[in-house]
Amino acid sequence: MSERAIIEVARGAGGGAPVASLRGARSRTAKEAAIGGLLFAAGAVSILTTVGIIAVLVWESLAFFRRVSVAEFLTGTVWTPLFVPQHFGVLPLLMGSVLVSIIAAGIAIPLGLGSAIYLSEFAPERLRRFLKPVLEILAGVPSVVYGYFALTFVTPLLQPLVPGLQLFNALSAGIVVGIMVLPLIASLSEDAMNAVPRGLRQGAYALGATKFEVATRVVTPAALSGIVASFILAISRAIGETMAVVLAAGMTPNLTLDVRESIQTLTAYIVQVSLGDTPFGSIEYQSIFAVGLLLFAVTLGMNVFGRWFLKRYREEYA
Amino acid sequence: MSVERHSLEAPPELVARRRRGKVFQYLCLSATLVGVVTLVVLLADVLIDGVAWLTPTFFTEFPSRIPARAGIKSALYGTVWLMGLCALISFPLGVAAAVWLEEYAKKGWLQTVIQTNIANLAGVPSIVYGILGLAVFVRWMVPFTGGRSVISGALTISLLVLPILIIASQEAIRAVPGSIREASYGLGATKWQTVRHHVLPNAMPGILTGTILALSRAIGETAPLIMIGALTFIAFVPDGPRDQFTVLSIQIYNWASRPQPEFQHLAAAAIIVLLMLLLSMNALAIWLRNRHHREW
Repeated sequence: MSERAIIEVARGAGGGAPVASLRGARSRTAKEAAIGGLLFAAGAVSILTTVGIIAVLVWESLAFFRRVSVAEFLTGTVWTPLFVPQHFGVLPLLMGSVLVSIIAAGIAIPLGLGSAIYLSEFAPERLRRFLKPVLEILAGVPSVVYGYFALTFVTPLLQPLVPGLQLFNALSAGIVVGIMVLPLIASLSEDAMNAVPRGLRQGAYALGATKFEVATRVVTPAALSGIVASFILAISRAIGETMAVVLAAGMTPNLTLDVRESIQTLTAYIVQVSLGDTPFGSIEYQSIFAVGLLLFAVTLGMNVFGRWFLKRYREEYA
Repeated sequence: MSVERHSLEAPPELVARRRRGKVFQYLCLSATLVGVVTLVVLLADVLIDGVAWLTPTFFTEFPSRIPARAGIKSALYGTVWLMGLCALISFPLGVAAAVWLEEYAKKGWLQTVIQTNIANLAGVPSIVYGILGLAVFVRWMVPFTGGRSVISGALTISLLVLPILIIASQEAIRAVPGSIREASYGLGATKWQTVRHHVLPNAMPGILTGTILALSRAIGETAPLIMIGALTFIAFVPDGPRDQFTVLSIQIYNWASRPQPEFQHLAAAAIIVLLMLLLSMNALAIWLRNRHHREW
């Protein structure tokens, strides 16, 4: 390379002064290394975030567990932290989250899987181009809007059909959370189905299978790891869902399986405490970190499991 | 062999199989349409409830105990402040992290750890970011952030959208073909020159699309902002990043959680504004994607 070209290249770098000869190479290397370091620092922010989340949750939870035993927290059936006598049994909250997630899964799994099969196997291209963005918009509607929808539309709609349905209830909350996570299942499962090679389908057709048989007995089993992973990730999302549940399911810690009643989820409790004027350092303040730690552990566990499952059971089609 | 076997009619067993297939196809179509219908009903519900309340004063008034005089001025300003700061914080960080992961990091444990970590962070419930923000930005960094301020909210929301932004930027960078990098190296450019002058400009439409989509997620976030204390009666507009604030989504929650029907209507009107903002951001992202879409 001519010296002139090097000068051109060095000028092109902008920023620093033009380097007139190869003597500049060292400073250029130094600059390159500094930039590499800066870029790495940006990547390291994500590690800091994780460390920060865990440190904050564990630190404040430790303070909480000095006042309430872990056993009482995890096995107690009464949760009354905001009035005396205080009880810190998290099971009612956990049950609330599980109940909402079960309802949501009952809605989102059949509808999401049906949508995925339709989009991947049956939909004509033009219809697909319309349906995909609609599902994307459905996924993009903010949680608080779904909460409003559950409270002002779904519950009044269900009240004549479900006798004894309270204004705040687990059922409406579960239904809208199901609608919220439906697009996640639909798009992840569809991706998994699209990854099934054409040859498998064509082989089945050649053996005389109908479209239905190809979809249910070839494509779905071949994409099963992706489909199951999408279920797990969706349920994890449902457990972490907050505003829809806060607005629609109420704030009543309630160890029940009755979906007509008002309940409180882990997430809704954290919001409830933040709404009040809870002084830093009080046991109520510390309790949100213990609940947050439980929520974080459950959702992280499910996400890690979901992705492990995806990797472990993926059929490789080279 | 019987005569029927030679006719063009399908055997009854195949007819039944095909019929089962048709039924299944329509079941799957109905499942897909549930999502579409829900979206239409949701939009119609919100429009019917709220459109009459979208008066000019709705945009110019502060929240009020009297529904007819209540407006979203402070929430709109707060949302613009929050989004602006969030973009300023998350865009450079996200793009830099993506460049490091795609162009600089050597394949190895460090890259794997960071990549896995980002994927995990994307699945952390937003309220957990709220807890982090409350402990770190509101309490710990109070001399810098001023406590329950716009900057605390923006930092919290930035951490929340960073994983989405990084993953989207990585995809955009990965879509730039290797031949462009090789041509640049072939002319003697350094790594950073290659990235700055060739990779990033070519990846920018994709990165911007991802950024807008990440911010459109941020604009509807509510729970983490309630955690850091944005739910207070705010009848003023923030003057700086250390001021208290409220945002549209919080205002919606505030109104929706009141029993009086007038406040429900206000909530619906504010939802219309929020959804309009959100849809225009999405439209902008799609336009950007289509306009600059390039086949290599």
